[in-house]
Amino acid sequence: MAAPTRDREPRQADAAPSRAPAWTARARRTVRDPAFWADWTVVVALIVLVVVFASLSDVFLTAGNVESILVASSILVVLAIGQTAVVATAGIDLSLGSILTVSSVVLGWAHAGGMGIAVACLLCVATGLLAGTINGLVVARGKITDFIVTLGMLSVAYGAALVISDGRPVRVQDQFLLTLTTGSLGPLRYNVALAALVAVLGHVVLFHTRFGTHLLATGGAPEAARAAGVDVARVKIAVYAISGLMGAIGGILLTARVGAAEPTTATTLLLNSVAAVVLGGVSLFGGRGSILGPVAGALLLTALINGLTLLAVSQFWQPIAVGLVVIVSALMMRFRR
Amino acid sequence: MSVADTTPEPTLVVQHVSKSFGSVTAVQDASLSAGAGEVTAIIGDNGAGKSTLIKCVSGVHRSDAGEVCLDGHPVGFASPEEGRARGIETVYQDLALVDDLAVWQNLFLNRERTRGAGPIRFLDRQGMQREAESMLQRLDVDVPSVRERVRRLSGGQRQAVAICRAAGWGSRLVIMDEPTAALGVRETARVEELIRRLRDDGLAVLVISHNFDQVLRLSDRVWIMRQGRVVDGFRTAETSAEELVAAVTGAQRAANQPRGRSQQP
Repeated sequence: MAAPTRDREPRQADAAPSRAPAWTARARRTVRDPAFWADWTVVVALIVLVVVFASLSDVFLTAGNVESILVASSILVVLAIGQTAVVATAGIDLSLGSILTVSSVVLGWAHAGGMGIAVACLLCVATGLLAGTINGLVVARGKITDFIVTLGMLSVAYGAALVISDGRPVRVQDQFLLTLTTGSLGPLRYNVALAALVAVLGHVVLFHTRFGTHLLATGGAPEAARAAGVDVARVKIAVYAISGLMGAIGGILLTARVGAAEPTTATTLLLNSVAAVVLGGVSLFGGRGSILGPVAGALLLTALINGLTLLAVSQFWQPIAVGLVVIVSALMMRFRR
Repeated sequence: MSVADTTPEPTLVVQHVSKSFGSVTAVQDASLSAGAGEVTAIIGDNGAGKSTLIKCVSGVHRSDAGEVCLDGHPVGFASPEEGRARGIETVYQDLALVDDLAVWQNLFLNRERTRGAGPIRFLDRQGMQREAESMLQRLDVDVPSVRERVRRLSGGQRQAVAICRAAGWGSRLVIMDEPTAALGVRETARVEELIRRLRDDGLAVLVISHNFDQVLRLSDRVWIMRQGRVVDGFRTAETSAEELVAAVTGAQRAANQPRGRSQQP
């Protein structure tokens, strides 16, 4: 391979007798380039946040607190990955929180009805997949705006959760779910490990499979994708189904953590999933995104709330802080090319 | 037809093709041919039916009547994919490439190579990148890197990548709709060079153009469309801008003004 990929100045590539000077020159140029900062906004912000909170609080970087941040972020990480798949096709899934709720309630209902935990979890996953697939079918085949379709599904899924549970939380006491939330795999708690596994799978699918390429092509240039023979409608159905699946996995994790299935709207989780995706640098116009970004975004939001709590900042200030972080990062991303 | 076929069997033969949309007849009884190793141009005014005709060839539209033959065999494509499977590639004006994907990803879009077992397959990224480099090198297309996002390329580089993709898959016929419409002078020259290389590689190239100078520079033969019909055809070497203008406008006598705005000194 000849010149470095992003080298715009051939001089640099030619006059590089030893590697080190060229490398530092490139590093210096990279650091001065606003596009670099825009691409890595979320990672930079996460590091800054960690440094600030670590200097203000002795507790923040202790193993116990880091673990609790990871545990608290696991559900949001999973949801953000589902949201990423949809947003990368230039869509949005507003029903993600409600799908989590209804899947969780189905899990509780099945468990209370005496079905084994495996069957209950399968029903939970099936519920999420079904709701997501319906979203996808209406968006892709019915050609209705994603915003409207998933807004409708938000209401339908929430209503279904109320109907199934009769509006009351169901206690779910089960060894498997207890282990999922309290047990550990080496240093990682099971729920954190599950979120990490989903993230790795998500990354592999997005960047190392044909489906991932077609997903980005569908989001970035649907006409070009169609002209190349990509089945754009099928990709759209698939991403909403994936989002529904992530909602269901989030539902299992939440039920395990709370020890109950509650028919309450998970509005904060929905909004934070969108915030994590935006923080993670996924273009809302589609075609551009990563998994690492939204995962870092989810960690950032969770760490922010954790740090503010440690500093004894009133809970009422937390939404303001979250909102400001999202807006400032979106501003930084304007410099992206 | 006023053009005698010099090649034994043209790659593409279109015979008596008609296409209507409701009550509007876009193409009527159109016949033309395009030979291997030649650049064939279609010219005509806006609404003359050029784009509709090539869409009937590539499989985007299904013609109402008539026959399209590729290498002597009648074909009736129901979709562009079928046309592509038979070696007909089209370079669209603006919707050819995905801006946020890399050059190599665009070259391999929907033709990705994978490795793996059974249903679990992963992209052969390295292999495709190497192959993409050699595809571009073979046609002497100059891009900063195959890993560069298409968004960062110039208009000419983008068009070159699109043409390269169309030519790179064992194609027999490459169709281009106004390939240089959005390009500057230098970039136009480079894309024209590329088109000549495709021709020299033995492909049949069918170009729609508005630019008479370009048609005279680039093509080996030219078909004239007017009001949905193919009204005339010439060997480019045996015609002139005046004759083409007259044929396109339907004037009885050759116009003595070259096409274009006449400006006050």
